[in-house]
Amino acid sequence: MTDKPPVLDFATDWDHTDPAWVNDPYPIWEDLRQRCPVAHTDRYGGGWFPATHAGVSEIAKDTEHFTSRTVIINEGRPTDEELPAPIGVAPPITSDPPFHALARKLILPAFSPGVVNALEPQIRELCNRLLDDVIGEEVVNGSLSYAKLIPPGVIREMLGFPAEDTEKFIEMVHIITEAVDLPLEERIEAFIPVEEYFVAQIEDHQDNPRDDLTSFLLDAEIDGQKLALEHVFGTMVLILVAGIDTTWGAIGASLWHLAQNPEDLARLVNEPELMPTAVEEFLRFYAPVTMARLVNADMEYLGCPMKEYDWILLGFPAANRDPVVFKDADKFIIDRAENRHVAFGLGIHRCIGSNLARLELRVAIEEFIRRYPKFELANKKDVTWAQGQIRGPRNLPLRILS
Amino acid sequence: MKVVIDGELCQGQGRCFSIAPSLFGFDDLGDGVVLGDGTLTAETLDLARLAQANCPEHAIFIEESS
Repeated sequence: MTDKPPVLDFATDWDHTDPAWVNDPYPIWEDLRQRCPVAHTDRYGGGWFPATHAGVSEIAKDTEHFTSRTVIINEGRPTDEELPAPIGVAPPITSDPPFHALARKLILPAFSPGVVNALEPQIRELCNRLLDDVIGEEVVNGSLSYAKLIPPGVIREMLGFPAEDTEKFIEMVHIITEAVDLPLEERIEAFIPVEEYFVAQIEDHQDNPRDDLTSFLLDAEIDGQKLALEHVFGTMVLILVAGIDTTWGAIGASLWHLAQNPEDLARLVNEPELMPTAVEEFLRFYAPVTMARLVNADMEYLGCPMKEYDWILLGFPAANRDPVVFKDADKFIIDRAENRHVAFGLGIHRCIGSNLARLELRVAIEEFIRRYPKFELANKKDVTWAQGQIRGPRNLPLRILS
Repeated sequence: MKVVIDGELCQGQGRCFSIAPSLFGFDDLGDGVVLGDGTLTAETLDLARLAQANCPEHAIFIEESS
């Protein structure tokens, strides 16, 4: 990845893995909104980046001209053998209509607010256990010792995988989301341990069915037919990938904000009733997830000459900073009353785990600030950000203040 | 005045029933549903408008009752 040429103009040569974008994408997006507003690149075989809320919204809802069969940008291109449409490798996120609705309806009940809200006491206990582990330390790593460890614990439990595998989980998420620069063959090779691990878990659940999401998927039927094993595997990979890096990023970015904005931190400590609007503003301002689509066929769209299999980088975080839709879009307003943010996407692919993500984010912040009502960045220069389509601080040393 | 959710537009973003649990609930799939017949009073109209202003899918409508 280091041998890539640096980006000189993001309007004509964007790259979401360029250090400037990784470190601080917001001024880049604002510049693109004013100049383009759909930026182009020849990298990754060709792609487009709509920087406005209107552009993101139109493409997100248009499942006729764009396919979801691959949602992470890479150097490869789909073939029918490798990524059968309309199912895709990780249904329903990689599925298109009409199959998408079947695959989605199947797992929606497992993530409905009623089911998810019941997890609150467990999540609170997990957060407190992690905080107990670093008790008395002057500098606590808000990312590596806290935010990073919360979602894997929750997802692992939902899937019914062994407790000692949490670290293994995190490794696998990295393989999948951060291997964007690997050539296709190497990516497939990198995937082998992930596949082996999941197959072993599936086999164990086939032999010993239990009350968890893995057994639920193995037992589920579409039109009276059990799901293909590839479907079960794909959905499990999806839940793992989509449920971990993302929430890690959201919790970390929120702590990063509070560490640098003592007035917001003090308000949240003293006025806990602000938590609902604060959570939505964290999600708007630091939305971690950018998705991708592929163009279905050559066409003129949003004034751009798009070609079949061009990438679309679907920047929900950029849409969330569009001043056309959000008043004072570049200001974090902790009690923002009207906040139509799109952190969880728009249209039929709305994040299926959004209720769970909100719950984890709220409880993680509540417990952290209850334990540490005052903290700051230990050293701004030590903070690093994840590269790729999931944004969040990877290293976040926080100095605990008294 | 009456509040309604367009079931075609609703994607289960979950904002309405978080902001106004007295007016909205959710179904088995997590999509928003209007509680009761959706009739609004002077007190609940503002709450319904707030939920409407937070729906990313623009799926909430406030209509004159017939």
